[in-house]
Amino acid sequence: MREVTCEQITEAVKQLCMDANYELGADVVTAFRKAAQTEESAVGKEVIGQLIANAEIAAAERVPMCQDTGMGIFFVELGQDCRITGGRLYDAINEGIRQGYGEGYLRASVVQDPLVRQNTGDNTPGVIHVELVEGDRCTLHMAAKGFGSENMSRLKMLKPSDGIEGAKDFIIETVKMAGPNACPPMVIGVGLGGTFEKSAYLAKKSLLRPLGQRHARADVAELEEELIQEINALGIGPQGMGGRTTALDVHIEVFATHIAGLPVAVNINCHASRHKTAVL
Amino acid sequence: MKQIQLPLTEEQCTGLRAGDRVELTGTLYTARDAAHKRMAETLESGGELPVDVAGQVIYYVGPTPARPGQAIGSAGPTTSSRMDAYTPRLLEKGLRGMIGKGKRSETVKEAIVKHRAVYFAAVGGAAALIAKAIRSAEVVAYEDLGTEAIHRLVVERFPVIVVNDAEGNDLYEQGETQFRLG
Repeated sequence: MREVTCEQITEAVKQLCMDANYELGADVVTAFRKAAQTEESAVGKEVIGQLIANAEIAAAERVPMCQDTGMGIFFVELGQDCRITGGRLYDAINEGIRQGYGEGYLRASVVQDPLVRQNTGDNTPGVIHVELVEGDRCTLHMAAKGFGSENMSRLKMLKPSDGIEGAKDFIIETVKMAGPNACPPMVIGVGLGGTFEKSAYLAKKSLLRPLGQRHARADVAELEEELIQEINALGIGPQGMGGRTTALDVHIEVFATHIAGLPVAVNINCHASRHKTAVL
Repeated sequence: MKQIQLPLTEEQCTGLRAGDRVELTGTLYTARDAAHKRMAETLESGGELPVDVAGQVIYYVGPTPARPGQAIGSAGPTTSSRMDAYTPRLLEKGLRGMIGKGKRSETVKEAIVKHRAVYFAAVGGAAALIAKAIRSAEVVAYEDLGTEAIHRLVVERFPVIVVNDAEGNDLYEQGETQFRLG
């Protein structure tokens, strides 16, 4: 059985936290450049221009692109033939967050309790999801999730009779309610099906997909396209100041569900769609 | 692009319209959730605010830690609506302007008109770019709140856009109506 040490995991996590906050993905920058060409609103164009300049400064100077450097979200794909040695996986990840946020001059934005609200001072703990997969690798996907957009996310248990139209209405209503607060242009992650928590998990995970990549299933891909068009017709625009660029992309993931249910979860991400991957 | 020297006067506020692009130069204060809560509690108990907000602008921001040699870390706006509950009281105390991002409540918009103030948006997520316009930062109150402490900032050509003006106009409403299809 192949072994990966906790030390390797901590080192990788530390690097992921910094890189995710400094270097916006090429897919997002490409989407900005495209929007700069197509946006019809003058203020909208100005906003997109600032976002491109901001991404360039952050990458060149290795400073965070946004002051909300997020809560660290981890999707770990652990191969069945990979063994973690030298400690606990969860501790290794949290130690990586501690080092990455500390040494990287990233903001500590986590409170230790939702009611008492004392800042933990080192941005731990992260939210860590582990999935067992085939193989002997340990893949770490890290997302730095800001809460301006997280706060505008919603979940609803629809009836099966609500169907696609019901789901679309709920998704579009969520985007309308998010408006300027979620820092548009947004990336909209949707989880359809499963259970209450599974739909939210799928919505979050869908945000890791590169912008511009459609779902493998033709009917789901078509639904994504329809939603992109309808959301960009809302007029919300960059930063909600009016314009044609409201969604950079819509990603939908689906899962089997119960005969009585149609869960739909909408996880909104701001334009600072920050995620990086390491394979150990 | 309009150039404005801070602190902001009532006359300057009256001349601003939703949608105006403005660059601010001068001194302003930072405060977000925890500092607002503490200021509200102070006023509630009959105390004095740690800074005189009359004629001043408050920026809703919790910056990242500064690297050695930097005046401030990345410093973009946070969502303003979380401050809505506290804002009318500060406007009564003479607060002239606010910088944040996102929609304000009807109560806040009415108070902006009543007190001849202004609400600006800075571009959310443009925090590295905005930091370039901040020349210096010093903590002036609530140091124990860390990133949420009240800082005095000296800014030069800080880029903002007028969202809510003293006449009751709202850029978010105007923009969406103008560009909505169908």
